[in-house]
Amino acid sequence: MIKKLFSAMIAGAAIAVATPALAADITGAGATFPYPIYAKWAEAYKAATGVGLNYQSIGSSGGIKQIRSKTVTFGATDAPVKGEDLDRDGMVQFPAIIGGTVPVFNLEGFEDGAFRITGALLADIFMGTISKWNDPKLLAINSGLKLPDMAITVVHRADGSGTTFNFTDYLSEVSPAWASKVGKGAAVKWPAASSVGGKGNEGVAANVRRVKGGIGYVEYAYAKRNKIPVMAMQNKDGQFVKADDLTFAASAAGADWFSVPGMGVSIVNQPGANSWPISTASFILMYKAPGDKKASGEVLKFFDWSFKNGKQMAADLDYVPLPDTLVEQIRARVWSQIK
Amino acid sequence: MAVQAPASAQQEKLYAIARRQRVEDFVFHKLTLMFALAVLAALIGIIAALAWSSAPTFKKFGLEFLWRVEWDIINEEFGAAIAIVGTLLSACIALLIAVPLAFGVALFLTESCPVGLRRPLGTAVELLAAVPSIIYGMFGLFIFAPLFAEYGQPALQSTLGQMPLIGPLFGGAMNGIGILAAGIILSFMILPFIAAVMRDVFEIVPPILRESAYGLGCTTWEVVRSIVLPYTQKGVVGGVMLGLGRALGETMAVTFVIGNSNRLAASLFAPGTSIASTLANEFGEADDFHMSTLFALGLLLFVITFVVLSLAKILIIRSERAKGI
Repeated sequence: MIKKLFSAMIAGAAIAVATPALAADITGAGATFPYPIYAKWAEAYKAATGVGLNYQSIGSSGGIKQIRSKTVTFGATDAPVKGEDLDRDGMVQFPAIIGGTVPVFNLEGFEDGAFRITGALLADIFMGTISKWNDPKLLAINSGLKLPDMAITVVHRADGSGTTFNFTDYLSEVSPAWASKVGKGAAVKWPAASSVGGKGNEGVAANVRRVKGGIGYVEYAYAKRNKIPVMAMQNKDGQFVKADDLTFAASAAGADWFSVPGMGVSIVNQPGANSWPISTASFILMYKAPGDKKASGEVLKFFDWSFKNGKQMAADLDYVPLPDTLVEQIRARVWSQIK
Repeated sequence: MAVQAPASAQQEKLYAIARRQRVEDFVFHKLTLMFALAVLAALIGIIAALAWSSAPTFKKFGLEFLWRVEWDIINEEFGAAIAIVGTLLSACIALLIAVPLAFGVALFLTESCPVGLRRPLGTAVELLAAVPSIIYGMFGLFIFAPLFAEYGQPALQSTLGQMPLIGPLFGGAMNGIGILAAGIILSFMILPFIAAVMRDVFEIVPPILRESAYGLGCTTWEVVRSIVLPYTQKGVVGGVMLGLGRALGETMAVTFVIGNSNRLAASLFAPGTSIASTLANEFGEADDFHMSTLFALGLLLFVITFVVLSLAKILIIRSERAKGI
C-alpha cells in the first residue's frame, strides 16, 4: 500500500516537475536502454505535430510499476513481461526498437574488434574461473595475438538494468554453469572475485576505460561514443562478428515474434552468419482498454509516426529500427487490440 | 456620570486590547506548538513507514539479517553485513583523516592566522562545505581514482602493506576505487564541515581567558590544549558528529568510488558497498521483497545514525559530570 503510494507520488512529482503541465503531452516511463532514441523521436515528433512526449527513464521494472499503477500512458521495458501477466493486467506488449549489448575491454595496444571471445569464455571470465588475460583458453581463440600476463577486472552494472538483463540472459543461454549458479536478471550476484560495479552505462564505461585489464558490458552507443574497444564475438553459427547495427539487425531478422505471447521473444544467441549474439529488443506496454482513450491514441500515433519517419534517427544513434513487415504486423495484430 | 462614561469606554478599549493580545498569544503558542509537533510527527512517520515496509525482511531473516554476509537478488537471499561494514569503515576512515586536518585548519584560522588572511581563508573553507556531493563523486572517479591507483596505492602497499597485522588491509588489486578511496573522498567532503564548526566554536572562547594564558607565558599549543579545547569541547564533538553523520549517509560521492561490489574483503583496496550506495543503486529496479530489504537497510542506517548521535551525547554529559559542571 505504502509502496504504491510512494511510487505514485514519485511519478506524480516527476511529471509535475518535468512538464509545465501541457495537457496534450504523452506520458511514458521505463527502460533507460532505449531512452536516447525515444528522446530523439520525441523531439522530431514535437517539431512535426506539436505534441510532446514526457518519458521518464527510470528503469524497466520502474516502467512496469508505473503502467500498473496507471500513472503513465505507456510503460517501457527491456525484459519482456510474461504473457500470462499481460493477460491478467489486460495489457499488450510490442517491441519498439532493437539494439545490442557489447563486451568492452581495456588492454593496451588492442584495436576495436581485434580481440575475439566466445560466449562460454565470456561466462567463464564473468564467473571468475578465467582470471588472467593470457589464459590458455583465451590464447587458443586469439592465436597470433600477444596477451599480457595481467589480472582481469570485471566491471558490471551496480544498478538494476535492462542491459544487465540482456547480458545475463545471453550468458545463461550459452553457459549451463552460469544459468545454474547466477541466472538472469536486472541485477545479479556477480561471482568473480575481482569485480567492480559502475552506476549506469556511463559508470561501467568510465571504469573500463580507467582500470587496466578491465572488461565490462555496455549498450553499444556508449562504447562507440566513448571510443572503447569492443570484442568480436562468436555467434551461434560459429562466426566471429563485430558489433554494429547490421549485425544487430541480422539477429532480429530470424526472430519469430508471434511465437511467444506478448511478443516477448529473446533475440540473444540467434542463428545466422551475421548475427550479433547479444542483441535485444525493447518493449512498450499499454492497456487494451485504457482509462484515457485519447492519450492512448496519441501514444499509438507517436509510435506510428516514429516507425515511419524515425529510421534514420535510430541508425544515427546505433539502434536498429523495426523492419516494415514487423511494424505492419504490430499494427494489425497488436494495436488493433487497443480499444 | 458624564466623566465616567468615557473612562469606562477607555477601560473597555484596554480590556479589548488585552483580550486580543491574549487570543493572539494563545494562537501563536498553539501555532508554534503545531510546527514543533509536526517535526515529531514526521520523524515518527518516517520510522513507522520504514518499519512497516521492512517488516517482510525481518519476518523472513529475523535479526540474522544484520550479520548475514549475502546479497543475492535473484535467489532472494539478503543480509546487511556487507553494507553495514562498508558504511562504518568508510565513515571511520573519513573521520581518521578529516578530524586532525580540520582541527589544524581551525586552529590556524583562530590562533595564528594573519588577520588579513583570516576572512578569505575562512570563506574558502565555508565555500568548500557548500560544494555538492556529486562534484566530489566525479572528482573522485575521474581524477582522484586514477592518481590513487597509479601513485597512492603502490606507495601504501610497499610501506603499510609490508607491516605485520595491518599488512593485508593494503593488499590485493589496485584499481583506485574501493573502501579506502571512498573514505578518502568522504574525508575531503566532511573536512570543511568540521573545520567550519570548530573555527566558529574556537572563536567564542572569551579573549580574556586566552590572553591571560598567553600572559602567563603559555605557548599556542598550551593555550589550545588547556584553555580552548576544554572550553569548546561540546562544540568540537558536535562538529565531529555532524561530519560523521554526513559521512554515514553520503550517497552519490560514495556510489562513484566505493566500487559497488557486494562482497566482504580483507583489503581496504577492495571494492565494497555502503548502505546509502546500495539504496541509490538498487531502488530503481527493485521488486517486492527486494524493495523491502532496501527499506530494512534504510531503517538500519537510521538506527546507526541514531546510536552514534546518542553515544556522542552521552560522552558529553559524562565528561561534564566528571568535571562537576
